[in-house]
Amino acid sequence: MEGRLDIEAVRGQFPILGRSVKGRALVYLDNAATTQKPQSVIDAITGYYAGYNANIHRGIHTLAEEATAAFETTRETARAFINAASTDEIIFTRGTTEGINLVASSWGRANLQPGDEIILSTLEHHSNIVPWQMIAAEKGAVIKVVPIDDNGVFQFDAFEKLLSGRTRIVSIVHVSNALGLIHPVEAVIRAAHAKGALVLVDGAQSTVHLDIDVQSLDCDFFACSAHKCYGPTGVGILYGKRSLLEDMPPYQGGGEMIREVSFRGTTYNDLPYKFEAGTPNIADVVATRAALDFMTGLGKSAMRAHEDKLVSYASDRMREIPGLRIIGDVPGKVSVVSFVIEGIHPQDIGILLDNQGVAIRTGHHCTQPLMERLGLPGTNRASFAVYNTRGEVDALVTALEKARKMLS
Amino acid sequence: MEQRPPIPQIEDEIVEEFELFDNWEDKYEYLIDMGKKLPPLDNMHKDDEHRIRGCQSTVWMVSELRDGQIVYHADSDAMIVKGLISMLIRVLSGQTPQDIIQADLGFIDRIGMTSHLAQTRSNGLRAMIKQMKLDATAWQLKANAS
Ligand SMILES: Cc1ncc(COP(=O)(O)O)c(C=O)c1O
Repeated sequence: MEGRLDIEAVRGQFPILGRSVKGRALVYLDNAATTQKPQSVIDAITGYYAGYNANIHRGIHTLAEEATAAFETTRETARAFINAASTDEIIFTRGTTEGINLVASSWGRANLQPGDEIILSTLEHHSNIVPWQMIAAEKGAVIKVVPIDDNGVFQFDAFEKLLSGRTRIVSIVHVSNALGLIHPVEAVIRAAHAKGALVLVDGAQSTVHLDIDVQSLDCDFFACSAHKCYGPTGVGILYGKRSLLEDMPPYQGGGEMIREVSFRGTTYNDLPYKFEAGTPNIADVVATRAALDFMTGLGKSAMRAHEDKLVSYASDRMREIPGLRIIGDVPGKVSVVSFVIEGIHPQDIGILLDNQGVAIRTGHHCTQPLMERLGLPGTNRASFAVYNTRGEVDALVTALEKARKMLS
Repeated sequence: MEQRPPIPQIEDEIVEEFELFDNWEDKYEYLIDMGKKLPPLDNMHKDDEHRIRGCQSTVWMVSELRDGQIVYHADSDAMIVKGLISMLIRVLSGQTPQDIIQADLGFIDRIGMTSHLAQTRSNGLRAMIKQMKLDATAWQLKANAS
């Protein structure tokens, strides 16, 4: 069948999947928190340090040139990966969190006025709430929140009603980390633009599963994290439309981001360097390219097809467990099965699963407003990556059955 | 009030009980069982003032001084944590503030479960112990002042 992946061969690229936990083969189902890394990414990090470690953009020696070239090659690979028009629009950050903070702080400081409105949704990760609260408090702006229904579904009609002449920016998660639901960002962007508002898309969870084309989306900003895309921690990609980035003041001051410094006044560097103060995380940026190549090599649609099968198989099998309820059990989601078991605290499930070698996430998933809306202290979340198998789903279900018996 | 054995003696008893089990399931089942047997805490104490932070689950704890000894009452919405609370209460409740403050609680490592308790959980455990000791210090200061 076209596009079918050899999952055993894929697994073979991830050394960590060979380890055991508490005497059992590791079943890693916490991929929405961070994915594991293929050997090519690990090799790229050691290859950089062993072969051409140097500070970038300023040295005239060979190592500095090689390091700069590798760093900038990742920028081009990232540009192609999300189809940005230019590498000037690709800013390296520490992660999604820093990308959102950069926009909230730099764009927000220059553009928000008292009474201006920022629209978020109930499903946002704390990283897409707190930076906006901080700038809103500073500027006297107001945050409006798009409601969800009991299944966690974004209420588009309500969103349209919240849009007003005062709306300056809509910042919305593309795929919910807690429930896996895909949001109608295209429609959100069209509606927001019609009112003259900008849109930031939090792509922390979507980038690894969906094809991202920032030009056809027409989003104004897009933020994601390499570590959720088989890449290293400490690297994020922030896309912004050139016209917006050009008008925005720098986020941090320091080396790399300046053209000329004097005590009479300083001029700033061009895009994207204006937003990259200080020595960046060179090794991990270099290795991010290997992660992007890994995904491009397998093909996102083939990866997605495999993950969709796992999600639907896991959902079917989990529905057989008495008292288990899937949260956000609606079509149109990726990679995540979030669930609760009647009368059992998620923490108890998490501990007993860990003792059986099964790693899932339990708790509020950094989405406390969502948990409050759903009336839950937290959920259990199994999240899948391309290297997971049906056998691992079976191991999860067996472990859950055992945990449920022990606790009831 | 009934005289409790000294803290190290109770710790040894618990370690011996856990030594009867050679697999994690039995240890956890024993812990869960202890959780189930923990006397319920009056709902009026389940408020922010009595809430211990630092755990994924919620823990509430109240203490009182009776005849120079501290009595703890606690509850949680999670079962394994309730089991841990139950063990801590068995060791510390009914002891003098001074003994509680000085207790090293080495039994937790000795029952061979720390490697099984995920980091967030151990933190919760640490937060509980810290609160129990803080309460003991507060009662001791109060008693010395009067
Ligand atoms: C939807 C969403 N937004 C933002 C973040 C923050 O990402 P990072 O911690 O990599 O900055 C996450 C990470 O869990 C997320 O899932």
